[in-house]
Amino acid sequence: MDKINLTIDHKPVQVEPGTSLLKAAEQVGIKIPTLCYLHLEDLNIENKPGGCRICVVEVSGRRNLAPSCATQCQEGMEVRTNTMRVLNARKTVMELILSDHPFDCLICAKSGTCDLQKTAQDLGIREIHYKGEQSHYKEDRSPSIIRDMDKCILCRRCEMMCNEFQTVGALWGINRGFMSVVAPAFEQDLEKSTCTYCGQCVAVCPTGALTEVDHTNQIIRALANPKKKVIVQTAPAVRAALGEAFGMEPGTLVTGKMVSALKELGFDYVFDTDFAADLTIMEEGTELLKRLTNYLAGNKKESLPILTSCCPAWVNFFEEYFPEMEDIPSTARSPQQMFGAIAKTYFADKIGVDRKDLVVTSIMPCLAKKYECQREEFKTDGNPDVDYALSTRELAALIKQSNIDFLSLPDSDFDKPMGESSGAAVIFGTTGGVIEAAVRTAYEIYTGKTLERISFEELRGMEGIRHATIDFDGLPINIGIAHGLGNARELLESIKAGTCNFHAIEIMACPGGCIGGGGQPLHHGVSGVITARQRAIYEEDLAKPIRKSHENPYIKELYDEFLGEPLSEKSHHLLHTHYFDRSKVKVVIPKTK
Amino acid sequence: MSSIKIELHENQVNELVEVCKSFSNDPLELIHVLHKAQSIFGYLPAEVQEIVARELKVPVAKVYGVVTFYSFFSMIPKGKNPISICMGTACYVRGGEKVLEEFKRKLGVEVGETTKDGLFSLNCLRCVGACGLAPVVMVGDKTYGRVSPDGVQEILAEYR
Repeated sequence: MDKINLTIDHKPVQVEPGTSLLKAAEQVGIKIPTLCYLHLEDLNIENKPGGCRICVVEVSGRRNLAPSCATQCQEGMEVRTNTMRVLNARKTVMELILSDHPFDCLICAKSGTCDLQKTAQDLGIREIHYKGEQSHYKEDRSPSIIRDMDKCILCRRCEMMCNEFQTVGALWGINRGFMSVVAPAFEQDLEKSTCTYCGQCVAVCPTGALTEVDHTNQIIRALANPKKKVIVQTAPAVRAALGEAFGMEPGTLVTGKMVSALKELGFDYVFDTDFAADLTIMEEGTELLKRLTNYLAGNKKESLPILTSCCPAWVNFFEEYFPEMEDIPSTARSPQQMFGAIAKTYFADKIGVDRKDLVVTSIMPCLAKKYECQREEFKTDGNPDVDYALSTRELAALIKQSNIDFLSLPDSDFDKPMGESSGAAVIFGTTGGVIEAAVRTAYEIYTGKTLERISFEELRGMEGIRHATIDFDGLPINIGIAHGLGNARELLESIKAGTCNFHAIEIMACPGGCIGGGGQPLHHGVSGVITARQRAIYEEDLAKPIRKSHENPYIKELYDEFLGEPLSEKSHHLLHTHYFDRSKVKVVIPKTK
Repeated sequence: MSSIKIELHENQVNELVEVCKSFSNDPLELIHVLHKAQSIFGYLPAEVQEIVARELKVPVAKVYGVVTFYSFFSMIPKGKNPISICMGTACYVRGGEKVLEEFKRKLGVEVGETTKDGLFSLNCLRCVGACGLAPVVMVGDKTYGRVSPDGVQEILAEYR
């Protein structure tokens, strides 16, 4: 079809048919403010309810102002984005939104990174002319996420992520008019809903309505307690995003600075979740090979595919929606929990500290990790393997509170033994990484040969569902990858329907994998941020001298000194888990009265 | 809310499942299904919404969102004799509001509530198309015209 010509603020623009006024304006350097609109092109995520009306513009020949996010360009249109009428309308809309907003910006967790606050500033709001009723809704505090609906502006971004992208269906707009609120069914608390704590609602919330449970004070207290040994592990995705919280470009690797900062904060040992990721590969990879061998030998009891189990939101999801498939995911615990289990046994013994005096902290790109570490099955005599899971954002806050000038920090190395890791572990942070890491190890164990080519480009990318066949020396292994729980659901349905021929599937709940996690610095709807983090992750992998998990010398030492071999009795006890049926919609077939 | 489990009659549950089937379990038919569900149970308790969600494969939160959006849907059980007072323009100007106040006083309930004995529930509606009889009151399917506050006692007595 022919291109469309129009002018925006007198500048001629040529666009493809179907282009919105908002996108066309961007082409000529005009940035129209938005609030409810969200578009991550590289991840195919879009929210366009046209509800907030902040992006209105004047279109010649049209009586009303048009929402530029939801209005398509037409031939010959003359659009004005900054006339007196438009600016007044935008201010009125913003004042009305703010008239039902608590003014506690100075102490709000979102202050400084709040889209509403920024837009109000950009619009030059200095006074609210409308005094009306204010919403008062109960605060809802789950193990991971806090909902403070008094701050909600009903943009519906969370509802879109929860339903369209994740298909979790925990949040929906309820009631009408002034009573409208986004809430779980029957206005129950999030904890009683189908929520998986993936945190994608928090990742897109433009205000302080959705935030994470803050554990920074507990860490400060633990670090100040001379009786406690406090150790920390950092997830692979954190190093590829933490810099953003200090103004660095997305995709800047800050591994060395991050380690320095943690040492300055006073952690006794700065370790790496990557160590546990290597351990995960040893356990999960061996489990894959065992199940595969049984399956190929014709053992009918053995079911394939094997599904990865690193992602806690994904675990919550299948326990909620696919409890009948509990035997398909790997029994391997997530790297965070493997780290905790080894830290509070093997490492605690090594340094002669009782597990109760060892505080294990993790820095995670994830909010579901907060819930995961509180699960009963990951506690010994009530003492959790991982005491606190902080998000990347919380670490940034902790660094700022402690007067550490992050940008001027030198690089430091992780401590030994649990800080050593391979490149295979680093790529756990991105979609496709866990399965690539597993392939690197499983191939060598299965074939007894050395991999010629370590990078598996065919497993990489940002497509929601990907598949590839890897040649295990004559044995073709079919691999599936999904990120985003909606995509995971699609793969699970195909397994249920028997139309799936994968041997192994990797699933991550968040867009792009952990790099797009709910605990990462906010992307503010800017496309390319998550892709930049992915590039950084692969960059770190390439730079590592060891790139296969089974070649990590400290993992070998751990098995020699403590665990014996993968899937040993001790491994089963410390590194594997079991799953539960927690499906919420349980209708009891009633008795006839 | 759904922590208090209501026991639904098995035949009513089966009827609801059949209703969903008659709409091909199509999620786009949610409002129609809820409409029928309310006529089966008289109201839409959490348990009924959960069945609808399960059958149509939609999130319960969405079902609840729809139920709370439309004033037609109710999560409070209706009385044995649902009373509807017309508040349309004609009925209103001819004293509908005074009639409503009298019903509230006599029954001791507010609009949208049900009496403790389950006998009556009180609601308002907008025009039943019988403006010539204003003010109009409906009890169940029966229509009463030219109702005055004095006549309220007499109407209630018919059902006691």
